[in-house]
Amino acid sequence: MDALQFLTWVRGPGLDIAVGIFVLGVLWRLIEIYTLGRKPDLAEARHAAGASGWHTVFRRSLPPPGMMKRSPVSYIGGYIFHVGLAIIVFLFAPHILLITNLTGLSWPGLPSQFVDLVTVVTMAAMIVVLVDRINKPAKRFLSTFEDWFTWAVTFLPVLTGWMAVQHLLLPYTLMLAIHILTVEILLIVLPFTKLFHAFTLIGSRWYNGRVNGQRGVPV
Amino acid sequence: MQGSLIDSLARQGITRRAFLKYCAMLASMMALPPSAGRAMAEAMATARRPSVIWLPFQECTGCTESITRSHSPSIEGMIFDLISLDYQETLMAAAGHQAEEALHATMKSNHGKYLLIVDGSIPLGMNGAYSCIAGRSNVDLLKETASGAAAIVAMGSCASYGGIPKANPNPTGAVSVSDLVKDKPIVNIPGCPPIPVVMTGVLAHYLTFGALPELDAKGRPKAFFGETIHDRCYRRPFYDQGKFAKTFDDEGARRGWCLFELGCKGPVTYNACATVKWNGGTSWPVESGHGCLGCSEPDFWDGGSFYKALSMPADPLKLGGAAAVAGAAAGVAVSVANRVKKGAAKASHEKATLADLEK
Repeated sequence: MDALQFLTWVRGPGLDIAVGIFVLGVLWRLIEIYTLGRKPDLAEARHAAGASGWHTVFRRSLPPPGMMKRSPVSYIGGYIFHVGLAIIVFLFAPHILLITNLTGLSWPGLPSQFVDLVTVVTMAAMIVVLVDRINKPAKRFLSTFEDWFTWAVTFLPVLTGWMAVQHLLLPYTLMLAIHILTVEILLIVLPFTKLFHAFTLIGSRWYNGRVNGQRGVPV
Repeated sequence: MQGSLIDSLARQGITRRAFLKYCAMLASMMALPPSAGRAMAEAMATARRPSVIWLPFQECTGCTESITRSHSPSIEGMIFDLISLDYQETLMAAAGHQAEEALHATMKSNHGKYLLIVDGSIPLGMNGAYSCIAGRSNVDLLKETASGAAAIVAMGSCASYGGIPKANPNPTGAVSVSDLVKDKPIVNIPGCPPIPVVMTGVLAHYLTFGALPELDAKGRPKAFFGETIHDRCYRRPFYDQGKFAKTFDDEGARRGWCLFELGCKGPVTYNACATVKWNGGTSWPVESGHGCLGCSEPDFWDGGSFYKALSMPADPLKLGGAAAVAGAAAGVAVSVANRVKKGAAKASHEKATLADLEK
């Protein structure tokens, strides 16, 4: 199999399989989680300002008092790479083209040079966050294989995509194929690891906020 | 009809100067040092014209059309006439038994020395019955002819990689020359059709140095297939600026912007179209406003739509519906299992009384 046959495979059957597993996994996990059910809470609901599901959805995106000082790398690094990933995935012209082709939706992209800069910053932030995880004994102790693995499958598509655009190391054909392959690995892994927070984040925050709101505790 | 090339050229009114210029052009095109042009001229002028057998298999004759109608009458065309082309069904006057006799006579008298050119793929299905010449299958003919060849030139994408006949679902079981012949030097000149000057360049190299030129991993001469269409494309600056034609008749298309979004396969296609061009340097597909199809790459026909950008997937939602159903089913099944487990736990729950605790 040469580079172009490899690219043809990752664009064709490979992507079919990856998207198939992704759709299957996402539906499976969402249905499984949301049909678990809870016993009805018979206690009378209390009311306190700010204690509700929607408040919590937004509040949990902001660091609690004092935490920014205690753990600046987690917060700042976390913000940077999450925003960076969103820009790369949703505002890079070739990616928009892909979404347009799939869904018919289209929106204006950012200049490639700007996305390029964002990519470098995102990769730097991800590396800093990783180094922090290795350096801090508590974080390292709490880290399992899944943490290292999900970091890698998130980082690789960014790195390979950037290298393909910049014509680094390998010929464009091969690098583009590797980039698409790493995205496929990410798609397959996402529903079955902690990366699934992309789908459950808002729901679980809302649920926690709702439960706490019932008890009158704005958390 | 043997004899040295320079005599034949002189008879046809080609001056020595024109011939030297042509050799220098070929040498520079193949990125050989300047001295190679002279060496080429000397070798070609004195060379006895090598015997060439051209076998057409599962093909459309487009390769022959491309070579013979290149920019006639040109020196290239004449050199092509002036190799001793002893068997070429389309071009030869003889037919039937006479043609077969010519083939066998050539193979006998030039055993081990003749150059074999093949265009078209070789069908293996139904014991090769899909394509026969004089009652014999292509695979038979190829094996017999190849055994006495000094080298083999696979002309066009079909002979090089199987081409369109090999496209999914490959009804005839078509394969390339290199799939069948393993013990002879083979040079692939892919393209649908291939560029005439690449053909003459390889022939000139063979005449001069007695060997095939340096090949890449896909068996193509590096001199012509060393760079992608995209990297040598005159529209490349627009790609770098992010200026793309969105349709074939929009403002961008009229201004000659990059055709990437219209499905151009230039970034992954290695060929010399962008530099050598076609029809005597008149134009080439991208210059005429259409993206590259990638015809000189293996399996280009199966690479998804010609009009989808390279960054777009071929058909990613093919399994989407089935996957959604399977995912929903899995979710419901796990959910039911969870509820059964919960129900069983509830049912087997025993209430502890104070008396139990005091035991």
